[in-house]
Amino acid sequence: MSQTTEYTPKTDVGRIANFVNQRTGAAAAVKEFGRKIFPDHWSFMFGEVALYSFIILLLSGTFLTFFFDPSMAETHYDGSYVPLRGIEMSVAYSSSLDISFDVRGGLFMRQVHHWAALLFVAGMSVHMLRVFFTGAFRRPRELNWVVGGVLLILGMAAGFTGYSLPDDLLSGNGLRIIDGVIKAIPVVGTYISFFLFGGEFPGTAIIGRLYVLHILLVPAIILLMVVLHLMMVVIHKHTQYPGPGRTEDNVVGFPVGPVYAAKAGGFFFVVFGAIAAIAALFQINPIWNYGPYDPSPVSAGTQPDWYIGWVDGALRLMPGVLGDFSFERNVAFPWGHNTFVFNVLLPALGPALFLLGLLFAWPWIERWITKDNREHHILDRPRNAPFRTAVGAAGVVFYCTMWAAASSDLIATHFHVSLNDVTYWLRTIFIIGPFIAFWITRRLCLSLQRKDRETVLHGREAGVIMMSPEGGYSEKHEQLNEYKRWRLVSFDTPQYIPAQPDEDGKITKKEKRRAKWSKFFLEDRVAPVTPAELAAAHDHHEVEGGDHKSLGH
Amino acid sequence: MKALSQRRRSPLAVFALLVIGLLVTGGLYAVASGSVSKAQADETTQTVNGSVENGSKLFAANCATCHGLAAEGSDSGPSLVGVGAAAVDFQVGTGRMPMQMQGPQAPSKPVQFDEQQTADLAAYVASLGAGPAIPDEETIDISGVSDEELANGGTIFRVNCAMCHNAAAAGGALTRGKFAPSLAGVSEQHIYEAMVTGPQNMPVFNDSNITREQKKQVIAYLKHIEAQGSPGGQALGSLGPVSEGLFIWTAGIGLMVAFTIWITSRHA
Repeated sequence: MSQTTEYTPKTDVGRIANFVNQRTGAAAAVKEFGRKIFPDHWSFMFGEVALYSFIILLLSGTFLTFFFDPSMAETHYDGSYVPLRGIEMSVAYSSSLDISFDVRGGLFMRQVHHWAALLFVAGMSVHMLRVFFTGAFRRPRELNWVVGGVLLILGMAAGFTGYSLPDDLLSGNGLRIIDGVIKAIPVVGTYISFFLFGGEFPGTAIIGRLYVLHILLVPAIILLMVVLHLMMVVIHKHTQYPGPGRTEDNVVGFPVGPVYAAKAGGFFFVVFGAIAAIAALFQINPIWNYGPYDPSPVSAGTQPDWYIGWVDGALRLMPGVLGDFSFERNVAFPWGHNTFVFNVLLPALGPALFLLGLLFAWPWIERWITKDNREHHILDRPRNAPFRTAVGAAGVVFYCTMWAAASSDLIATHFHVSLNDVTYWLRTIFIIGPFIAFWITRRLCLSLQRKDRETVLHGREAGVIMMSPEGGYSEKHEQLNEYKRWRLVSFDTPQYIPAQPDEDGKITKKEKRRAKWSKFFLEDRVAPVTPAELAAAHDHHEVEGGDHKSLGH
Repeated sequence: MKALSQRRRSPLAVFALLVIGLLVTGGLYAVASGSVSKAQADETTQTVNGSVENGSKLFAANCATCHGLAAEGSDSGPSLVGVGAAAVDFQVGTGRMPMQMQGPQAPSKPVQFDEQQTADLAAYVASLGAGPAIPDEETIDISGVSDEELANGGTIFRVNCAMCHNAAAAGGALTRGKFAPSLAGVSEQHIYEAMVTGPQNMPVFNDSNITREQKKQVIAYLKHIEAQGSPGGQALGSLGPVSEGLFIWTAGIGLMVAFTIWITSRHA
């Protein structure tokens, strides 16, 4: 008869931990996760900014739900804000005013919630730009890139549904635009609008419906996606920038326990503190200025929150007519005439579908063009992928032009220029700007790569000018140390691959197209310095140096 | 003194200096802006009687180039017959006239004529034909406006004025370089005159459009929101989501970048 002697911890904490572990086996998970390594780089932390903003949104949002009433029933405001007292408004707007003026800490919490929302989407955007420009979306992380894209769209959806809830004039104007866009959808638009608003706009149902989406459905899906996103980060391990000792098979950095747990945990409080400070000092969305929603007035300076701005900007850029051509067409169908409002439909859906489509498809587009199907855990420096960086810059310019167009009226008043001219210029930039940005960025990247090659092969110009006995001048070059050189030579870039025949020996049309793109993107590739080139260059220098040495004797 | 010099290198010294600096600037600003509004109050309570004869001379010297010798108008400026004394008091009293240069709109600038000269010009133009008069004190006295009337003024403002002047009266853009100016710091008298005369690109809101009582309510509303400040902190220009977005992308993301660099530069 054998008696197993169980391990008995000595401290109380140890006993509790042991109790939990014996029943859940959590120690294994903690051990595994605690040894996860995360590399140290500031640009890796914007995903965390977004994640922490989301947690702050959940906390402050929960507080707001205690006091917000999403009813569109009519009431007369009798709170403490004098300029609106006695005014007829919806219960939703009235309760938002109560949160702002009569609930203790309510205005602060509203501002925390709104600023956190702006930072949430901004953090996601910066994170996504970092992932794109460093090539972190490549195999095996394509699916996580897609999940990230879905999160960005969900973030915008969460923002828009929340922005509309107070039922003030500003957000009502935004809803009216959405209603217009929906109604512009051919044939079914009017039906969808009536279904969404429960009758003719604005109706009495929309705020309640948006509320359910905003506090239940959208955050739940975001949470699910965040979990997926983080699980994939754990499965794939974190990417790292190139450097000595960093390979495709390792991650150089610090373990979660205790270093990253402390850093990331501390960073949560930093983000929380920053948002709280901003919310305490800077006013956001002063709904009391805008008044209750009423379909007749539209105030100057009516804009959506920044992340919807690009769609609003596209609408502002679109002309209604082009010469004699009207974008509003009446098309005959067997069942009668239908109106196609292309001047609303095109700008509202066109750029968004194009940009988001390109964003989601990019990992596959790049893989198809470069035929690079290897796993990548070492990141690219943006200059070492000129074609990708140039495409990204073109996308950023395309986006930012629409973004700027959303504030065309403020650009006009603040820079004392004509609103019409601002629109004409932004239309021009909208069309040619991305091409110029592509070209300039690509040239910049190629030049920087050539400069890197130059530095590796010939070293840094020391600024020391030497005169030889013959009277000739030469500049002394300092060689890089091994660590710095490693950063400049240890990369690998795709090359132009001409069209390849398939198994039957045929070159398909698709393959020819791929070859064209491959040529366009990669033909002027700057190759990294090879060890042979490096050795040759150094021999050359030693001969030069030899002369100088002999002079010393 | 010694204690002070010992502590000046303390990490808290910067914050102390910042707080002192803010208090001093804020205090000076409060004193300065207080004296300005007091000066404005004095201005409106004084009644100056203008002389048509002096006004006529001032007009010939300063305005006739564009408005014509008999104020009949020319290619460069409209006729002033029948615009009334209120129009002159507004345009000259806010510095919009005489115009610095031809353009889509005359912006307000430092006032060129003193009160007496402005009154003279107003009297001269009023003598050319009947038009809106400069409002008397009773017309623009907003002290008797009740809270309900003030709230009604807000509704009138949102329905009639906010589409150009912005819901927070911060101003906005019109077509081809024209604009609706911010209404912050504009006197009761000038707001009233603007409504009855429709200066520059503004439409006229006559007494059958918006009654005298309602005009008073609108002015009371504007003065109330100006006095109340912004309850939520710095208003960022009251320009709505654009300045908020700009702020989060500059200050917000900037702050985050600073902190991420700080955190990742600390090695364990």
